[in-house]
Amino acid sequence: MRILVVEDDPVLADGLKVGLGLTGSTVDVVFTAADARAAMSATRFDAVVLDRMLPDGAGLDILADLRRQGDATPVLLLTALDETVDRIAGLDAGADDYLGKPFDLDELAARLRAIARRREGRAGPVLAVAGIVLDPATSVVTVAGKAVSLSRREFAVLAALMEWPGAIRSRTELEDRLYGWQEEVESNAVEVHIHNLRTKVGRAAIETVRGLGYRLRTEP
Amino acid sequence: MTSLRRRLFLLLVSATAAIWICAVGWIYYANRAELEHVLDTRLQEAARMVHSMVASSGLETAGMAAVTAADFTYSRQLSCQVWSLSGRLLARSDGAPEGNLAEEAEGFSDRLVNGETWRVYTVVDSVHDVRVAVGDRIGLRARLARDLIVGLVGPALLAMPLLGLMIWASLGRGLAPLSRIAGEIARRDGDDITPVASEGAPDEVKPLIASLNGLLVKVDAARRHEKEMTAFAAHELRTPLAGLKTQAQVALAAKDEQVRDGALRQIITSVDRASRLVRQLLALARLEALTESEPDGGRLVLAALVREVVAGLPHRPDIAVVVDDALDGLEVLADHDNLYLVIRNLHENAVEYIGASGRIAWLALPENLGMAIEDDGPGIPEDELDEVTRRFFRGRQRSGTGSGLGLTIADLAARRIGARLIIANRTDARGLRVEVRFPRDRVAKIA
Repeated sequence: MRILVVEDDPVLADGLKVGLGLTGSTVDVVFTAADARAAMSATRFDAVVLDRMLPDGAGLDILADLRRQGDATPVLLLTALDETVDRIAGLDAGADDYLGKPFDLDELAARLRAIARRREGRAGPVLAVAGIVLDPATSVVTVAGKAVSLSRREFAVLAALMEWPGAIRSRTELEDRLYGWQEEVESNAVEVHIHNLRTKVGRAAIETVRGLGYRLRTEP
Repeated sequence: MTSLRRRLFLLLVSATAAIWICAVGWIYYANRAELEHVLDTRLQEAARMVHSMVASSGLETAGMAAVTAADFTYSRQLSCQVWSLSGRLLARSDGAPEGNLAEEAEGFSDRLVNGETWRVYTVVDSVHDVRVAVGDRIGLRARLARDLIVGLVGPALLAMPLLGLMIWASLGRGLAPLSRIAGEIARRDGDDITPVASEGAPDEVKPLIASLNGLLVKVDAARRHEKEMTAFAAHELRTPLAGLKTQAQVALAAKDEQVRDGALRQIITSVDRASRLVRQLLALARLEALTESEPDGGRLVLAALVREVVAGLPHRPDIAVVVDDALDGLEVLADHDNLYLVIRNLHENAVEYIGASGRIAWLALPENLGMAIEDDGPGIPEDELDEVTRRFFRGRQRSGTGSGLGLTIADLAARRIGARLIIANRTDARGLRVEVRFPRDRVAKIA
């Protein structure tokens, strides 16, 4: 998952970046409302973690603007204001979920997975396509019942392809999913990950659509 | 006397009683004169009647008349004597005293006969050689007057308790609006600080309600401030706690040693920040609890205190801190702890915002006005200058580690020692300049 963290506290922001990164997500961090707006208009995120109190504006205002523009990106509000009224105000402003500080990192990751899969139109926590089963919560992938070991990036590529089985994901799209802004992307990085994935989950599982991108075969 | 009702009751009852007593006194004196007149007239008429009887039909009939006259309700009220001019008693009414009532001359007189005072009217008739004297006892007259008063006071004494009862009840009714308001206030719970309705309240009570509502507004403001403060404090503490917990979880989950070390280092940073925040919150709470200026404390050399602060606050090696030698010659009269808070928070603020490298200078103000700190950091946007001393205010230039309390504390602590902070961006270069100005009589140059 590509996640945007909007949090002005440097320690917490760092913890979220590293911590959510450990669960296989690609995390970008911004510290101000202005940067958050810029980031969201430039990149498509699977979920946003938004602090309510930002130096240059309230998180709720960003959220309200976002929803007004018709942006449906799942947003989890993260805040120290966790009285019931605050939670209600946050959810009514368009948040998909609300978590009070301090929180449990694993719970945050689980909630992010939940709101992200809802947007994909899925209720089940596990992705399963043509014999390949991917559990985002445990980062375990099995092919025909046998566990395979994937690197973090390979896992992310496979998850991106499995979210929309049969749909074509372009190389840029996949790059966006894999790398944050500060990360150097090798020009053939995606090809390398796809190649490695094919050797692990089966050569025929991932199809190359010339000039457009990659697609997961829905029939075994 | 705490009960308004009881107080009014006593006032009204005693006023009523006083008026009543005055009225009774007045009636007594007015009627007594009238009574005297009436009785005197009676004496005179009786004397003339007896005399005319004596003159027209002799003594026997006159004696009868005298007896009849004496037989009224007040037994032997009137006494009659008929004397010859030579001094022989010709006749007397039943009960008339032995002693001579008659006067030589015609007219009224008071006479002491047999130990009793009599009021007598005498008719002298030289033609028939008689002197007729009719008299009554003064004591009887007094009794008449007394009976009159008893007649007045008796019913009044009976009516008094009844009147008191009515006054008491009326007061209850009259004071009902007060009880209603009192009841309305008493029924409130502690959170209800909406204004008390003054509609329908008597005009006399309205000022009281207005003052009460004024107080409620102040209480509301104080409570809101406290609530805001608590909410902010909660927010400011929860964020570092969240950071701590997240980093701790990262450290536990990380398989990579570098990641774990990074998380642990972040934990240390976070703990430092949280403890600083707690320290600042405590300082703020202490400063806010002081309403008056602190006692003067002792004479403090500014440079010494500045050096103490600078030495106690480690800063990055690329930051140069300069302390003006002129500060060595300045002594202020101030409470040590408060002045220390001012200097420390200003210094911390400069170190925090200056960035990785720069220069911080502590200077003496001209004319021994005080001191100033200058940094070459980003300064404060002009539109935020007025707000930076507000609690938890963190401008757009936030450092990420600032609590939004540093300048608040510096400002408050400065006020406690009678000093004033002047916060402005430097005009000569990039950066912030904060002046600490002391009252003239608090600063002295050391020779």
